[in-house]
Amino acid sequence: MYAFEIERPGTIADAVKALQSDGAQALGGGQTLIPTLKARLAAPDVLVSLSAIGEMQGVCLSDDGALCIGAATTHATVARDAAAHFAGLAHLASHIGDPAVRNRGTIGGSLANNDPAACYPAAVLGTGATIITNARQIAADDYFQGMFTTALDEGEVITEVRFPIPQKSHYMKFVQPASRFALVGVFVAKYADGVRVAVTGASEEGVFRWHEAEAALSADFSPKALDALSVDADGMIGDLHGTPDYRAHLVKVMTGRAVTAAT
Amino acid sequence: MPKDTGIGASDKRREDIRFLTGAGHYTDDIKHYGATTAIFCRSTVANGIIKSIDTSAAENMPGVLAVFTGADFADVGGNPAGWLINSRDGTPMKEPKRPVLAHGKVRHVGDAYAAVIAETELQARNAAEAIVAEIEELPAIVDMAAALAGDAFVHDEIGTNQCFDWGWIEDNRAATDAAIKAAPHVTTLELVNNRLVPNAMEPRCSIGNYDAGNDSYVLQTTSQNPHLTRLLISAFVMGIPENKLTVIAPDVGGGFGSKIYHYGEEALVLAAARKIGRPVKWTADRTEAFLTDAHGRDHVTKIELACEKDGTFIAFRTETMANVGAYLSNFSTATPTFLHGTLMAGNYTVPNVYVNVKAVFTNTAPVDAYRGAGRPEATYSIERVIDKAARELGIDPIAIRRKNFVKPDQYPFTSAAGLEYDSGNYDALMDTLEKHIDRDGFAARRKASAARGMLRGLGLNAYIEACGIAPSNLVGVLGSRVGLYDAATVRVNATGNLSVMVGAHSHGQGHETVFPQIVGEMLGIDPASIDIVHGDTSKIPFGMGTYGSRSLAVCGSAMVRATEKIIAKAKKIAAHMLEASADDVDFKDGQFTVKGTDKSVSFGEVALKAYIPHNFPLEDIEPGLEETAFYDPANFTYPSGAYACEVEVDPDTGKVRVDRFVAVDDFGNIMNPMIVTGQVHGGLGQGIGQALLEGARYDDDGQLLSASYMDYTMPRADDLPFYTVDHANGTPCTHNPLGVKGCGEAGAIGSPPTIVNAVIDALQSAGKNVTHIDMPLTPLRVWDAMQNA
Repeated sequence: MYAFEIERPGTIADAVKALQSDGAQALGGGQTLIPTLKARLAAPDVLVSLSAIGEMQGVCLSDDGALCIGAATTHATVARDAAAHFAGLAHLASHIGDPAVRNRGTIGGSLANNDPAACYPAAVLGTGATIITNARQIAADDYFQGMFTTALDEGEVITEVRFPIPQKSHYMKFVQPASRFALVGVFVAKYADGVRVAVTGASEEGVFRWHEAEAALSADFSPKALDALSVDADGMIGDLHGTPDYRAHLVKVMTGRAVTAAT
Repeated sequence: MPKDTGIGASDKRREDIRFLTGAGHYTDDIKHYGATTAIFCRSTVANGIIKSIDTSAAENMPGVLAVFTGADFADVGGNPAGWLINSRDGTPMKEPKRPVLAHGKVRHVGDAYAAVIAETELQARNAAEAIVAEIEELPAIVDMAAALAGDAFVHDEIGTNQCFDWGWIEDNRAATDAAIKAAPHVTTLELVNNRLVPNAMEPRCSIGNYDAGNDSYVLQTTSQNPHLTRLLISAFVMGIPENKLTVIAPDVGGGFGSKIYHYGEEALVLAAARKIGRPVKWTADRTEAFLTDAHGRDHVTKIELACEKDGTFIAFRTETMANVGAYLSNFSTATPTFLHGTLMAGNYTVPNVYVNVKAVFTNTAPVDAYRGAGRPEATYSIERVIDKAARELGIDPIAIRRKNFVKPDQYPFTSAAGLEYDSGNYDALMDTLEKHIDRDGFAARRKASAARGMLRGLGLNAYIEACGIAPSNLVGVLGSRVGLYDAATVRVNATGNLSVMVGAHSHGQGHETVFPQIVGEMLGIDPASIDIVHGDTSKIPFGMGTYGSRSLAVCGSAMVRATEKIIAKAKKIAAHMLEASADDVDFKDGQFTVKGTDKSVSFGEVALKAYIPHNFPLEDIEPGLEETAFYDPANFTYPSGAYACEVEVDPDTGKVRVDRFVAVDDFGNIMNPMIVTGQVHGGLGQGIGQALLEGARYDDDGQLLSASYMDYTMPRADDLPFYTVDHANGTPCTHNPLGVKGCGEAGAIGSPPTIVNAVIDALQSAGKNVTHIDMPLTPLRVWDAMQNA
């Protein structure tokens, strides 16, 4: 780790202001950034911690029935407070990392980082959620732009995420054995007007929607609907833990299991 | 009947109170006044020529006290290999120098070529980054077969990448070849014993101190054997006289072999402490642990088993390439040879065994003994090929093993690999195993698994190992450059309590609890009044430390001998106090009694008398009550076992779940059943880890792909089943006073083939023609194997 300054603003406005200084870097729960700093792979001059901003905390229902989660809300809080409203999302949050990670890591931090093996991007894309920042609202379909790449501008801060609550949903994750990130994770959400399927962990382009499965499941929400489908291994990640073929295969298996388990 | 005190009682581990409450004292916990920090510059390439190292900027940075490069150590000795292995043609192994810091060339990722000493860690890290090394990268030599065939060398001065080409037993080669040629059935299996990273919870740490007033040094370090480390530094590396160097290994947070060895960082902190006149501390970070701790295993083997159609074994023949990495670590030449080849007859009466091992230098981290050390490799090869043969011949896997077991009336039994097994009863172990595993219910369990879409498999295994290393006479013949005795001093204090100084080192084994149980029972006193002193060369007698499941069998035996001397002397003192002849004094339950009388004195009274020798027959008896014994065993000890497990394989994902695991072991007599059970649990965890999860993988450029917990899979609690562990029916070792055999490594030796055999059984049950999968059996590998079957 290199030496750095740290600021802990209490409001979104102050955070945005602090992030305008040279070499400033936003710090969410620190579950990726702190290990990066320890390895001397990043050298920010100032860390702007978002964890003391009250208006970015908590889970609630909006008037239009969406589940609204403050960007600085930890996974553990989402797992607990979203359970009554959106079981699929609570289940996902309760299986990220381990208890220590869940009690520090935040939804905003995960989405801003957009790790290709992170869980939350699957839920956000799989529900067509909306990312609210200090400056604007971004649709999920526009937000994810490839591995570790998002629509966020320099200094822009995610403040909230709004999830339309599905009739049925589930997240099925096959873990990479060492890191226990998603080797392949599939979020399936059934709405009155159709089904969305989003896949994390598998693609070199980051989280993506499996449109063929969405169409098939919209017609028949059962694992059998997937029988005739297959996933192209082209563009899938290949590493120590999974070949592109294996990941492509797992996308189908996990999608089927998510459909079976959806509540 | 389990006892509630003394030998055989499950005393709770007294050391755990400090370990579990944060009151332990590990090396990094030690704070010295004026301490400084050392940070190493490590190669990021696997193979390269050091063209230049510019330290000028670093030397002028804030807080920097000294900078070292390989040139500073060019004139001191190298870190030696402890065993000399001769090749089949009689030539000695190749021993390139292993310097304190790389000089001329870097030979693996993580090879240290410079070090900075600074006031603070931050300053040292900043300065280390400012050192500019011009290193000309060369193609990495990673694959063993390519290393042997190629004309580029890890060490140019030896002109080959082959360290040795060893045959065991060379005189048996022709007979084994002939037997295999004539055999009715030969099963062949090619397999890899995967490279492992030890991953002790506590990373290595060393503190050097130099006392200018006495021209003496103290090294506090994470070691399993402080006297061996002192000997290596004194006699080979730095030439510091042994009487001027104290090595202290305080609480050590796990070793598994990786902390047996002397490492260059230890020499560096001593040299630096002398140069700057202040204490110098280095603590490895986890990345350094992955890159530079001696790794384990890494064998590529072809094994053949020749047998009759009825399953009677005729011969085992193996060809192995053993990776020794970039430099020879201290036991690296013994591990693939005498800890491996000598066990290649297994538990069996097979008449012919021949083993060929080629040790190969590569641009990877040094490889050395890791929990089990050679014996897991032997067991894995033997027990996998037996399983394959049984399947080919249509013979039950238990039956084929029983058919070939050494029988109880055959001991002492000289195996075809040259060892003399002193005791055992493999059929009895298998009987016990069969009682535990409910084999009759397996079909129903398999059916129930199938109903859930899962494939259930049953895996079986028998193992033998040689531990309690070792007889110095024997290992001397086999090439060891050191003796392998151990030593203990029993000091009875004036007030009747005891300090027992031992050469063994406890870094998780529970010596502080078990050793007092033994001495306490022998003396008839409360174990709580006995403390074990270990890990400090200025306090303990010269012992060889803890590895190879030797602490109890060797050092414990020395402790028993020393205690016997205490009793003999105490009897003389008691006889004097009781005005009787020593021959007429009996000692029982802590009381010395004159035969046939009620005249007695207690052990405590005798102890007091020994130190307050008023009216003492000084011409016959010295004052004091302290005895030392060295113990050199007559033979290895031979623990053995029969293991079984059931797994479920998810055919859609390839994921393996271990449903149940039964370990039946013969450890001889048991001193503390609870601690033995704990040792087996730990070994099983590491063995299951090797079988399913762990694998150190280098790419073609010699970069360690699995260099962090993001990619190297350590076993977690939810990866492991509940175990059934049974060690109640041991056959005592015949040649040491406690009849003990050693239990530290067994679990890691016996479990990998058990798991793999079970997975193969599961896949075969689904009609998949999969005969082998190399460890670790990750979901990817199992799924891949199923696709191709």
